[in-house]
Amino acid sequence: MGDILSLLWTHLDVTVAILLFGIGFTTLLLHHNLIKKIIGLNIMETATFLFLTSQGFIAGRAAPVLAEGAAAAGYVNPIPSGLVLTGIVVSVSVTAVMLALTIRLYRRYHTLDIDSMTLMMKGEDE
Amino acid sequence: MQLVQNVPFFSIMLAMISAVVTPVLPRRAAKWLSVGMVSAVVCLHIWFLPFMLSFGGSYNYMMGHFPAPWGNELRAGLLETVIALALSIVMLLSQLSGMNKLQRQIDTPKQGLFYVMCNLIMAGMLTLTYTNDLFTAYVFIEIMALSSCALMMARQVGHTMVASMRYMILSLLGSGLILIAIALTYNLTGHLLMENIHAVIARYAANGAYALPISVIIGLFIAGIAIKCGVFPFHMWLPDAYGYSTSAASAVLSSVVSKAYFFLLVKIFYRVIGIDVVLSDMALNLMLVLGVLSMILGSIGAIRCLDIRRMVAYSSVSQMGYLFAWIGLGSDVGVAAAMFHLVVHALCKSMLFLSVSPLCDASGDSKRFVDLRGAGYRYVIPGIAFSLGAMSMVGIPVLGGFFSKIFFAEAAISGAGWVRITLLAALALSTLLNAFYFMHTVLGLYRKPREGFVRQPFIKSRLTAVTLSVFGAVNLAIGFFAKDIINLITTGIQNLA
Repeated sequence: MGDILSLLWTHLDVTVAILLFGIGFTTLLLHHNLIKKIIGLNIMETATFLFLTSQGFIAGRAAPVLAEGAAAAGYVNPIPSGLVLTGIVVSVSVTAVMLALTIRLYRRYHTLDIDSMTLMMKGEDE
Repeated sequence: MQLVQNVPFFSIMLAMISAVVTPVLPRRAAKWLSVGMVSAVVCLHIWFLPFMLSFGGSYNYMMGHFPAPWGNELRAGLLETVIALALSIVMLLSQLSGMNKLQRQIDTPKQGLFYVMCNLIMAGMLTLTYTNDLFTAYVFIEIMALSSCALMMARQVGHTMVASMRYMILSLLGSGLILIAIALTYNLTGHLLMENIHAVIARYAANGAYALPISVIIGLFIAGIAIKCGVFPFHMWLPDAYGYSTSAASAVLSSVVSKAYFFLLVKIFYRVIGIDVVLSDMALNLMLVLGVLSMILGSIGAIRCLDIRRMVAYSSVSQMGYLFAWIGLGSDVGVAAAMFHLVVHALCKSMLFLSVSPLCDASGDSKRFVDLRGAGYRYVIPGIAFSLGAMSMVGIPVLGGFFSKIFFAEAAISGAGWVRITLLAALALSTLLNAFYFMHTVLGLYRKPREGFVRQPFIKSRLTAVTLSVFGAVNLAIGFFAKDIINLITTGIQNLA
């Protein structure tokens, strides 16, 4: 037990990322409210980014921004940071699309609850 | 390097450039640009395929000026070419055949945007097929997810909107899992290019290191792609999405988007993790279970439907299940059978979706089976196309579906112990259920109309008739050349590893 706790503590970033991912995942999956679902999605994505960035971090090194006279050994691994930047762009656009969809659905059904939406949808004969 | 070797790159760039240009074009120009682009891609691939046949093997195509471990790469091989060609043909025929229906179902100002999404999906499909870089694959997975969501809700009725919300939620869970898997892979190997990752994982597998993380990675990839393909427990969005969106959108979603995702998974197995490692891994059983469940339950869902579009949609769930189950079988023969069925099903399911919609038009715009009685007489060519597609899905000889069933059965027999029995039983049961609901529908199309049915005038479109005939011809051709195609695919799979 003590081993596991100390392992969790030494990898605190990963532990936090997994916790956050779990929180986001369950919120996205189990909440009925669309806005809360979108918040859950954002938490989940943040967790992924935290995990990715922390994997590229090397203690005592600088951010990968080119400076005069610095050797490659002075920087952290730049690739995870690059991936996270791309991921953030994706996440922003996905959130925008989800919000736009939510507005559409709210205008039509006057609710944010996905279950009552589904019920009303089934009532429509199309 | 010869000029023809640029085809994968040119095709992707053509699709991307058309996607960027289309939003500012007027509606008609947008439509014809998209059709022209897809035809150009088809022609390029028809030029490319003989080259790849004589080339034998595969080559990597450097993007930009950064060499291998750092830069981005495409990779072209025989299997990629065959899949890209088949899916581009599906895309072209779907766009042409669904065009008239689309003009009636989508608001006029938004029709141009529909083609933007088609172009993006085309770019995504080609990139997922050709890319050699795991992170590029992730980016295009997201692009495909967003554009398929837009394609789904292009026709704005309650059903499509709720379905696209559900699709987005599930699809993002899937992307999240895939991203975690990619992060773990990077973490373990320090590379993003498929070959470099493969080399490192092969080294780990040789001395038994990191067995558990590799299993987790395989499991995450399987779960992520299964969610995106709409395999059984994750299919809640699928019947509404395919059943209510415009026919071209349903055809593209069921035949291009989910097939591209699935091909990416196969590529990840062969090129990233290494098929030997995957086949000996426990995580592969997940695929088998998902596949068998969705084969059976998808068919049962289809039987319970009262509406022809939803029935065809549910049949997609069951057919994706075949693909998953036979990869889960864990042998090269199984993968070849699944790849063959991927091509057959892509061509067949899109034809079914596109022939259903004119049949519904001929039945007073109703999708219910009772109203569709006699629709085969009212509108002949779609009736024939639907019957042909249904017979292929059931596995009537000479058609493509018959050969996929044969290849599936052969592959299942070569399997071991309980896997063989499960797969053969599932194949038999699912074929029986397939035959039940498809033949029931086809017979219904040629029955006397129900009492009191008033025949309403409807518009017959020449374009739809021509494209559906071409579709039928392509489906017949697949059956006639089944042996050659499976040989191509088997060679392609050998080159893939």
